[in-house]
Amino acid sequence: MVESKESLSIQKIWDVLSTIPDPDIPVISITDLGIVRDVKLDGKVALVTITPTYSGCPAMHVFKEDIKTALLDLGCEDVHLHLSLSPPWTTDWLNEESKAKMRAHGIATPGKTELQDAELFSDAKKNIACPHCSSSDTKLTSQFGSTACKALWYCNSCQQPFEYFKPY
Amino acid sequence: MNTKECLFKYILRLADDNMIHGQRLAEWCSRGPILEEDIALSNIALDMFGQAESFYEYAASLQGNTTADELAFRRSEREYYNHLIAEQPNGDFGQTIAKLVLTSAFSKYLFEALQSSQDETLKALCAKALKEVKYHLRHSSEWLIRLGDGTQESQARVQKGLEEMYLFVEDLFMSNAIDEELVSMNITVHAQDIRPQWEAHLAELYNIAHVQKPESTHAIKGGINAIHTEHLGHLLCEMQYLQRAHPEATW
Repeated sequence: MVESKESLSIQKIWDVLSTIPDPDIPVISITDLGIVRDVKLDGKVALVTITPTYSGCPAMHVFKEDIKTALLDLGCEDVHLHLSLSPPWTTDWLNEESKAKMRAHGIATPGKTELQDAELFSDAKKNIACPHCSSSDTKLTSQFGSTACKALWYCNSCQQPFEYFKPY
Repeated sequence: MNTKECLFKYILRLADDNMIHGQRLAEWCSRGPILEEDIALSNIALDMFGQAESFYEYAASLQGNTTADELAFRRSEREYYNHLIAEQPNGDFGQTIAKLVLTSAFSKYLFEALQSSQDETLKALCAKALKEVKYHLRHSSEWLIRLGDGTQESQARVQKGLEEMYLFVEDLFMSNAIDEELVSMNITVHAQDIRPQWEAHLAELYNIAHVQKPESTHAIKGGINAIHTEHLGHLLCEMQYLQRAHPEATW
C-alpha cells in the first residue's frame, strides 16, 4: 500500500504476485507454481491470466481472492481474472528453485510427467527419494494424500512419513 | 435441436456423470476401509466435483441465463443425463472399485478421443480431466488386482461387484440424436467407437487380477435420455436439499 498509483507496471504486478503463497504449500508462490500465465495492464486495470491446477483444488478459489486483494492494494483500480484452460497446467512448469523449496519443506517433488502413463504399481517400483534424509529406501503408502496432488510415502531409513507431489 | 443445444446437453451429460459419481464416492468419506483409502476416495470425489464444475460452467455459458450451481442443484431426475452406472449405490468396497475401474477406463478413452474435437473448450476441458482420470484408473486398477488376487473372500466380492456393474455397461455405450448431430460436426465421437479400446484394456486387467469378465445377460439402459434407475431420485433429494430448502443461500 506504499506504491503510488503512477508507478504501476507489469513488472510490479509480477513482483507482487510472486509473494502470494500457495495456501497448501506456503513455501512456494503462485508464480513458482506456474499458474499465472500472463499479466497485462490497461490503464490502471490489471488483466491476469491464470490456469487452474487440479480441477477440484479448493486452493484455486483462495488464489483468485488473494490476487484481487493484492493488486487492488498495489493501486490497481480493477482486476480482471481470465481463466485459461489450454495448455493445461503441468508440474513440468515447476522450476528447480521451487522444487528445492518444496523438498526443504518436506515434500518430495515430481519428475517429468511422462510417468503418468506408466504401468500399474509403477510408483511402488520406483524409489522416490526421502526429502528428509535423501534415502531411496522408501515405500508408497497411498496414491492420494492430504490433497489430491500429493501421494503419501514412508521412508524406511529415517522412519518418517512424507508427501510426494505427483507428476501432473 | 440445433448444434448448440445438442452440445449443451452433451456437456451436461459429462458434468452429470462426474457430479453423481462424485456424490456417491463422497459417501465413503469417514467410512473407508482404512484411513488412506478414505482419503483417496474423497480426493477422487473432489476431482470429479471439480471436473463437474468446469463442465457445468461451460454448459451455463452455452445456454446463457443460468449458472453452474443452478444446473447442478435445480434440475430434477428427468433432467439429468448421467449414465446409470454413476448413480448406482456404492455396495461394498469391491463394488465401488469395480465401478470406478469401468467408468475411469471409459472416461480415459473418451477424453483421449475428444482431443480431436472441433470444439476447443470441450477439447481443453477433457485434456485437463484426462490427467486426473488416469490416476483414478490406476488407483482403482491396482485395487482390483489386490482384491482379485487376494483372498477367496476379496476375490468373490470384487467379482460380484463387477457382475452388478455390468448390468449398466450397455448403457455406457448408447448414442442418441445428440450424438448423431455432434459426431456429424466432428465435435464428439460415438461411445461405441471407443469400445474396442475399452474392452481390450479391461480384458488385460481382468487377466492380471484373476477376475472374469461378466457374461452380459441383461442390460438396463436410458441414462443419456434421462430415464434413470430408482436410485437417482434419492441421491438428488439428499444432494439438492440445502439449495432447494434455502434458495440463493450463500456463505
